[in-house]
Amino acid sequence: MMSVVPYLVAGWIFLAGCYGLATSRHLVHAVGCLAVCQSSTYVLLLAVGYRDGGTAPVFSDLRPGSRPLVDPVVQALALTDVVVGATVTALLLALVMQVAKRHGTVDPDELSELRG
Amino acid sequence: MSRRVRMWILAVGGLGFAALFAAACLRLPGFGGDSHPYGERAVRAALAHRTANVIAAVNFDQRAFDTLGEESILFAAVLGTVVLLRQTREEREVPPEPARVPLLVRRYALVLLPVAIVVGLYVVAHGQLSPGGGFQGGVVLATALHLLYIGADYHALERVRPVGVYEFGDAAGEGAYLVLGLAGFVAGSSFLANSVIGHGTFNTLASGGTVPLLNMAVGMEVACAVVVLLARFLDQAVEIEEEKGT
Repeated sequence: MMSVVPYLVAGWIFLAGCYGLATSRHLVHAVGCLAVCQSSTYVLLLAVGYRDGGTAPVFSDLRPGSRPLVDPVVQALALTDVVVGATVTALLLALVMQVAKRHGTVDPDELSELRG
Repeated sequence: MSRRVRMWILAVGGLGFAALFAAACLRLPGFGGDSHPYGERAVRAALAHRTANVIAAVNFDQRAFDTLGEESILFAAVLGTVVLLRQTREEREVPPEPARVPLLVRRYALVLLPVAIVVGLYVVAHGQLSPGGGFQGGVVLATALHLLYIGADYHALERVRPVGVYEFGDAAGEGAYLVLGLAGFVAGSSFLANSVIGHGTFNTLASGGTVPLLNMAVGMEVACAVVVLLARFLDQAVEIEEEKGT
C-alpha cells in the first residue's frame, strides 16, 4: 500500500487544482490553479521514474554502471512539461490582462455575456 | 449555471476521477521499483553517443524531434502574447518615471549582473555534461538582464534591450534548430539524427555530437523569448496607460 502513496499524492494535487478552478472568483487565481493541476503531472512523472537508492542519471561525476539510476526518460518529460507550463501561463496571463481591460472585471462569473 | 449545480458536477466528476485514478495506481509497478526498461535503454543510447547528461541525450538526441515541437509551442506562445499585449488605439505610451533605488539594492544588482550572465552561459554550454541546458540557461540569461531594472531603472533596461533584436534572436534560435535538423539529411541520415559531427570524447565540453549545438540554439531562443515576454508585460505595467476620457 505504501508503494502507491506518491501516485495518489499526484491525483490529490490535481483534484485540489480542479476544485480551485471551479470555485475561482479571480482569473489570475484560476491561472494559478491551472499551474497547480499541471504540477501534479511533475509529481506523477518523477514518482514513476524513481528507483530505490537511485541517483541522478548524469555521468559528469559518476562512473557508468557504478550505481542504480532513476529513469531519465520521465525526467526529460518533466522538463518539457515545465517549459510548456511556463509559456502557457504567460499566454493566459496576457489574456487575463485583455479581459480586464475590455470588460473591467476579472471575476469569471461576471463574464457570461458576449460583447462585440 | 448556479454555483450549487456547479459544485455538484465538480463533486461527481472529482469522485469519479479519484476512484478511477486510485484503481489505476494500484495496478502500477510499485514506487521505487527496479524495472525501468525505457530508462535503461535511454542510458545505454546516451553512453553510445558519449553524452554524459542522459536527460540532455533524451531531449536533444533520442527525442530531438519532440523538442522541436516543444520549442515551437514556446515560439507560438510568445507570438500570441506579443499580439495580445500590443498597444491599442485607446492607449498611449507615457515615458516611465525614474524611481529611487536603495543604494544597497543597486550595488547588489550590479555586482550580480555579470555573475548571473556568466552562470547562464555556463549552464547552456555544459548542458551535455551536467544538469542544465538551453531551456534552463536561457531563463537564467534572460532574468539576469532584468537585474538592471531592479538595480537601476526602466531606461537602463531599455538601453540594453532593443526588443526588435531579441524578437529576431527568438526566430533565429528556432531556425537554427531546424537547420541543424536538416543537416542530418546532408550527412546522409534522417532529420535531427545525431550523426552530423563526431561524438567527441566522453565527459568533455565538445562531446555529444549535435547535443551542445541544439542546446545553444534552444538557449538563444529561450533567452530571447523570455526577454520579449517580460518586455511586453513590463510595457503594460510601466509605459502604457489608458487615454483619459474614453
